[in-house]
Amino acid sequence: MKCQKCDKLATFHITDLSGDQLLALHLCAECVKEYLQPEETPPASTKVVSNVISKQLKLEQTTEELAELDHKECPVCGISFYEFRQGGRLGCPNDYVFFANELEPLLNNVHGSVEHVGKKPMRGPHDTQPQTELIKLRREMKEAVDLEDYELASELRDRIKSVEGESQP
Amino acid sequence: MIFDEMACRCGEWLRGSGPESDIVMSSRIRLARNLAEYPFIRRCNDFDRANIEVSVRERLEQSGDFDDFTFISVAELDNLDRQLLVERQLISRELSDAEGARAVAIDEAERISLMINEEDHLRLQVMKSGLDLDEAWQQINAVDDNVEQQLNYAFHPDLGYLTACPTNVGTGMRVSVMLHLPALVIAGQIDKVFNSLQKINLTVRGLYGEGSQAMGDFYQISNQVTLGKSEESLVEHVGSIVPSVISYERKARDVLIKDGNHDLFDQVSRAYGLLQNAQQISSEETMHLLSKVRMGINLGLIGDLEIPEVNKLFIQTQPAHLQKLRGGLPDSANRNRARASYLHRHLKRPKFGEDPAESN
Repeated sequence: MKCQKCDKLATFHITDLSGDQLLALHLCAECVKEYLQPEETPPASTKVVSNVISKQLKLEQTTEELAELDHKECPVCGISFYEFRQGGRLGCPNDYVFFANELEPLLNNVHGSVEHVGKKPMRGPHDTQPQTELIKLRREMKEAVDLEDYELASELRDRIKSVEGESQP
Repeated sequence: MIFDEMACRCGEWLRGSGPESDIVMSSRIRLARNLAEYPFIRRCNDFDRANIEVSVRERLEQSGDFDDFTFISVAELDNLDRQLLVERQLISRELSDAEGARAVAIDEAERISLMINEEDHLRLQVMKSGLDLDEAWQQINAVDDNVEQQLNYAFHPDLGYLTACPTNVGTGMRVSVMLHLPALVIAGQIDKVFNSLQKINLTVRGLYGEGSQAMGDFYQISNQVTLGKSEESLVEHVGSIVPSVISYERKARDVLIKDGNHDLFDQVSRAYGLLQNAQQISSEETMHLLSKVRMGINLGLIGDLEIPEVNKLFIQTQPAHLQKLRGGLPDSANRNRARASYLHRHLKRPKFGEDPAESN
């Protein structure tokens, strides 16, 4: 008997139970390895996020709207919506504000809620604006250095120092 | 170095005590936290990562609340030491395999570990032997309070603690219980149990977390939802389901025993015999066989071995532990022989001349 995946001789005969269906497989020594040890898959949570998002997007947007949405970039960390939905990870805390409309259906789908009811940091009320500013300034400084605009870079460095001073706990 | 000492000990989750510890290996809670003034890890450059590691470490060390923690820079460890920490569940595989500055702080009892620069800037984790979620929550909550005094957490009034992945936002909390369910596996009931758990928003994973295979009939049950429920109610939710899974497993064990299930007795005896006599053996096979032996002890089928001893073998026969204990052994063929001889030494029992198998 030939292997079902290539033309070599099938030496492994497997009966697999998937769901309540019996599946008979005839594989050669090489293909059976692949079958028994599937390649590493991305973590489940990444799949959850990208699956839910892509389903959602197909339901609600036209192709043009989608393309436009994909180009939307967070002004603080610079991540685009496209990068987020590919990787399943956000770029900075501000993304939760900047992409709030896009994230809301996702959060509802995953958690069945969009409202935190648990623990809160004891030090508060919390205004993280200066911290968010720091993320943006550091990114701008790095860009200035990359462009060899050292005057701007040193200006940004001074601003970072002064914001850092204010934002210590 | 502390790693050599570590390899000789069992650590918290294999202590083999605590409530329901014949079925529940360990209870674990982790909290995901991020610093407000840095991008999430994926958008961090090398400089950001190094800054996060240094500033978190400095602030926690200065606070005096973390004096019995050891800070370890994971980037500076060799593969073997990183793998050792993974096997002990003190760091995740993700932290071990990542690039760039990353660290872990571990308390003396190996109950609490704080991972720095994992998927989130901070992952605070507590482990308890047996089923002990309430105590675990109180401990990690107190650790979180201490950390929060030193650092600005990324927090949103409506969405709670902000995390790199939206599936963790809110409480940032994952409550997991690791169960040993060999009888449900033998009885063919395990999928049924998992399906019903998934319907009530609980996730089932293998021994080493996300994406890992179920090794040796060990399964982790944890909450899926992190937003819209308080920490206490998440602990309650997982904690209220575990006893019924335990009782299913006990029922399955009772039935197997009552039916005088010869397959079961045979499996247990063969597993014990193989572990005692094999000349070379992989860590996967060892895990699989130790699982059967562990069940055999709990069912009273094996009388000359104790659970803590089996737990010790579980951890010490894993690749990095074995290499630490025996020295060298970089290739797996040598390791498989060393593992077999290690098992042989620890499991060989004196004969009393009454073993019926011997006269056949």
